[in-house]
Amino acid sequence: MKLFKNILESVKPHFEEGGKLEKMYPAYDAFETFLFVPDHTTKSGSHIRDAVDLKRSMAFVVLSLIPCIIFGMWNIGDQYFNAISVETNFLNNLIFGFWKFLPLLVVSYAVGLSVEFAFAISRGHSVNEGYLVTGMLIPLIMPVDVPLWMLAVSVVFAVVIGKEVFGGTGMNILNPALTARAFLFFAYPSYMSGDKVWVHGAAVDGYSGETILGALASNTSSWDNLQWNFNDALIGYIPGSVGETSFIAIILGALILIFSGVGSWRIILSTFLGGYLTALLFNLWGVNFLMSTPAHIHLLIGGFAFGAVFMSTDPVTGSQTNKGKIIYGLLIGFFAIVIRVFNPAYPEGMMLAILLMNVFAPLIDHYIVDANIKKRLKRIN
Amino acid sequence: MSKDSLFAKKNMKLLSDPLDDNNPITVQVLGICSALAITVQLKPAVVMALSVLVVLSVANVVVSLMRHMIPSRIRIIVFLVVIAALVILVDQVLKAFVYDVSKELSVFVGLIITNCIICGRLEAFAMANPPGKAFLDGLGNSFGYGIILIIVAFFRELLGAGTLYGYPVLEKLGVYDLGYENNGMMILPPMALVTVGVLIWWQRARNEKLIEKN
Repeated sequence: MKLFKNILESVKPHFEEGGKLEKMYPAYDAFETFLFVPDHTTKSGSHIRDAVDLKRSMAFVVLSLIPCIIFGMWNIGDQYFNAISVETNFLNNLIFGFWKFLPLLVVSYAVGLSVEFAFAISRGHSVNEGYLVTGMLIPLIMPVDVPLWMLAVSVVFAVVIGKEVFGGTGMNILNPALTARAFLFFAYPSYMSGDKVWVHGAAVDGYSGETILGALASNTSSWDNLQWNFNDALIGYIPGSVGETSFIAIILGALILIFSGVGSWRIILSTFLGGYLTALLFNLWGVNFLMSTPAHIHLLIGGFAFGAVFMSTDPVTGSQTNKGKIIYGLLIGFFAIVIRVFNPAYPEGMMLAILLMNVFAPLIDHYIVDANIKKRLKRIN
Repeated sequence: MSKDSLFAKKNMKLLSDPLDDNNPITVQVLGICSALAITVQLKPAVVMALSVLVVLSVANVVVSLMRHMIPSRIRIIVFLVVIAALVILVDQVLKAFVYDVSKELSVFVGLIITNCIICGRLEAFAMANPPGKAFLDGLGNSFGYGIILIIVAFFRELLGAGTLYGYPVLEKLGVYDLGYENNGMMILPPMALVTVGVLIWWQRARNEKLIEKN
């Protein structure tokens, strides 16, 4: 550690005012604070500081993603070896998945951080940590076979148009990771939907890698007649985006988020509740197979659980008030199921539902705060 | 009234201003609806730009000639009559000579009537200036409008369909063999908005006159 500190100290003069590389100071600052707790104090505004700052709370989110990452990597291997009917073991699956997942992760971080650093340098502010989580989330919500250049394009779009134009971390209206996914979904639909992209090699070798949602949306088979059962969906032995398949791994992550106080239990619970109640309602109607799928199954399949735990709880784009969080979550669950059952072209309603409610979150907060002010005004009059 | 020649420096500003400092789309944010609707391909965008050029410059001259006779209470109705007559004329010409483009533009030719740039220029400029100046102003503003339309359409057609003016540029370059795919999002209206937004961003970053102090 001392070695790193000495190196950083020795190059510091170049980056400070008057130095040769003065313009690159944000980049230096980012590296220094990645490794060490900075010793400078706030110069203006609020002086109250929490021991858990942005970087530390981001670290908790990355920590809570680890179960999903490990299961996701294992599942990439498992799905692939099953599809080509090869006997395999746990380690084999994991290693195979690791080499498929790593390029996605590297591209996501390399491209995203380059854009962040470029903006930080040109605008002269410090590099924000927001991308640490976004960069981890993006490969987890992609199909395993997405071409890397498409991933790079969508990351650039998400960081520039989704975040930097609004002023960077903390100012964005839409969740950047979901913006990247939505961009890919609409720009290159054949790589983001259908039955050829969810299992590695499906497009080349011709076996079907259909997701449960895709199978149900094509309206040819009901849930009971599918090749998967409740346990598969719960544990995650199903094709899908890398990190979204295992409900159990996601719930482990949710527990870490809730107990560390980083994620809001109000949003998570109300999203599940909203989705469950809406799905129950559609069970009564039941004119297509998605509608008649049992309500609890709806919460296990597709990106519902992953979105509810890791996407809707984004503190920047979600609601801020406690009541607002519950309304926000309920509506996400509601819209996710509504989009799923009514529009077979978009079986992944969760992504669109969260982006939609991101836009409405400030409005919800506005009315909650407004109502509170009115209530308290009455008390003094 | 000044006795300057029509092509004096001051009047030339009428032509050049709308191209950048006072662009009707990116600075005044007028005429956005048509900029989003018909910029999927270059050809309709060019035809649209030309149609607006004709309608706006002729309407400017006509209204400028009548400006002392128009009672101010009913001036908007008079504008509309002038614009509507010109739009019908343009529509008929398009139908006669470039029927396929006319079909593609469909209702948007008729909707030139509602293009805010035209009524805006008539109200703000033609009502107060002689015909020569009004003509230059009409030309300048429709160039400013057209250039944005063509830039947006250029990127949307190139990235969305891989063609330029119907010519398959990217296919000839052979980028599809490298694994390139057309970006389906560029064809959707939201990306027109994003493209215009990026243009505004670029323009404001470059042009110091447009940077707002606050």
